[in-house]
Amino acid sequence: MRLESRGEISRVMLVAAPFAAVAFTLVAAALFVAWAGAPVGRTYALIFEGGFGSRFAWSETLTRATPLILTGLSAAVAFRAHFYNIGAEGQLYGGALAAVAVGGLAGPPALLFPGMIAAAMVAGALLLIVPAILRARLGVDEVVTTLLLNFIVLLFVSMMLDGPMKDPTAMGWPQSVSLPDELLLSKLVERTRVHTGLLSAAGLAVALWALLKYTTFGFEVRAVGANARGAAFVGVPVTRTTILVAALSGALAGLAGAIEVAGRTSYVTLDMSPGYGYSGIVIAMLAGLNPLGVVAAAIFVAGVLVGSDSMSRGVAVPTYIAEVIVSISLLSMLVATAFARYRLRWN
Amino acid sequence: MELIEGTVSMLGNADFWVAVLRIGTPLIFGTLGVLLCERAGVLNLGIEGIMVAGALTGWLAVYLGAGLWTGVLVAALTGAAFGLLHALLTVPLALSQHVAGLGITLFATSVSYYAYRVSFPNVSAPPTIQPFAEMAWLPIPVLAKQTPMTLLALVAVGVVAWILYRTPVGLAVRAVGENPAAAEGQGLDVNAIRTGAIVCGSALMGVGGAFLTLSAFNAFFFNMVNGRGWICVALVVFASWRPGKALAGALLFAFFDAMQLRLSQVSGQGIPYQVYLMLPYVLSILALVLVARRATYPQALMKPYRKGER
Repeated sequence: MRLESRGEISRVMLVAAPFAAVAFTLVAAALFVAWAGAPVGRTYALIFEGGFGSRFAWSETLTRATPLILTGLSAAVAFRAHFYNIGAEGQLYGGALAAVAVGGLAGPPALLFPGMIAAAMVAGALLLIVPAILRARLGVDEVVTTLLLNFIVLLFVSMMLDGPMKDPTAMGWPQSVSLPDELLLSKLVERTRVHTGLLSAAGLAVALWALLKYTTFGFEVRAVGANARGAAFVGVPVTRTTILVAALSGALAGLAGAIEVAGRTSYVTLDMSPGYGYSGIVIAMLAGLNPLGVVAAAIFVAGVLVGSDSMSRGVAVPTYIAEVIVSISLLSMLVATAFARYRLRWN
Repeated sequence: MELIEGTVSMLGNADFWVAVLRIGTPLIFGTLGVLLCERAGVLNLGIEGIMVAGALTGWLAVYLGAGLWTGVLVAALTGAAFGLLHALLTVPLALSQHVAGLGITLFATSVSYYAYRVSFPNVSAPPTIQPFAEMAWLPIPVLAKQTPMTLLALVAVGVVAWILYRTPVGLAVRAVGENPAAAEGQGLDVNAIRTGAIVCGSALMGVGGAFLTLSAFNAFFFNMVNGRGWICVALVVFASWRPGKALAGALLFAFFDAMQLRLSQVSGQGIPYQVYLMLPYVLSILALVLVARRATYPQALMKPYRKGER
């Protein structure tokens, strides 16, 4: 069994691939639903209604999609340069903690707000620049270091929430002091949780798309990703590009933390992110590492998560079906795009 | 002072070394599993999820009435099945090994959690089984306090080392991980050998997960694997892809983990407990930095092989 390139990639195949992947996902996940003994059609209908079926459903989905867009962009830009940042979860928490630390200072909000956002981005960036330098200078694999840093950062946040940054009025609950109201993001739609962070996330997606497509830096990122040795040979500064990519990717994940705090929770807890950092990787892959696709993929994943929560109140299917659906769609999407480019030969 | 006295008395305590070996056992299985895959040239980040799946299916089999060793076998087969999926994605389809592995972890974890919830919709306390007993019959001090799965792990180190360095199969595995084109030239089927190594390695990962539910604890908990799989990926680098060093690395990590548990008890209020919990992760990164310069990666690691393409 081997793969043979199809030569010219037909546009029809590339467009058909995602649909084939979605169809396969729906069929495969249906088996899991049926296993739980629930009616498949009704379960899917409930997930769809809960995620996209009403104004409220959309507002919840978009609220959930906001941090996912940012972590998705974080993964997309890093993976473009073949720099495997698996540490977005830690960078998100680092950013959230830095945001609350700066936001709690005394000063005019007009100064504190940008300071808070900048602190979060710097915290996220620093957390990823260290692994980037370790890889560039000493050849330490970034996958392992970024993974391990997640645990270290989470423990550090836990330490801060037990100690110096603990909210004394939180009844012993480990959570940070809340941001003052002036620093919170305003709501986008009245009486929902959607906040202006959504606009910045979407704006950044467009900006990142343009950056990667139209600038020299974007070209260098793609060159390093395609072939680092070849890129170095034609004069692309590989180490500098890798470190810049790391700074950008870490800053985006750190920003996700700040925006979650300023837009949704107003304080840091240890469960403020149900794995947004890891989901960002899935979203980036579903989007084929395209920043604009990240927005669509994040809304899809958020909708499935939100819809599954509301579905489980109607039928006896565990909410873990959401992760099952997302993971099958990721795997089938990978396979589908491979088949769009290659055909299988049995010899 | 207190801290130093505490450390000294800890090291002289047999219970401490019993804990080291117990904490190290799942890491030994996992590290050997990653090592097998990577020696054949394929990164397997599916380990975290495969350990979860092995922990669940091994335990579930025993809960449903099977024997403990049957449970271990079921966990191995579960690991092998997910390994086969990873192999299909990364070997003939040549997808990104990072992404496929993370996909496998997500898939295996979510399916396991889903299956647990479907099997036990409303339980307040997790259902339990009777786990492996200590090998009290063994006349070796620390080992007698372990379960047979720890013995299995130690034997597995020898078996993997023997296969890799003393058999034609092992030579073939190393060859496809170093230079697949040359291996092909020698008449070896690169894809088949890589697939086999991933399946066997993943089976070991599944057994490592099952140790948690069949030996260390008696029930399945969410998040019980808690990063152990990722630690194994780091340990393989630390071990320069050698089974003997992998054993040493797993025990060294377990040593620090056991030490932080004890130290956080003796030191009292002075230092936050999170500092101790961080210690093994920080030391892992430091260890990686120290060995990185001398690390001799399998040359074809993470490079998919397509016949006739360069």
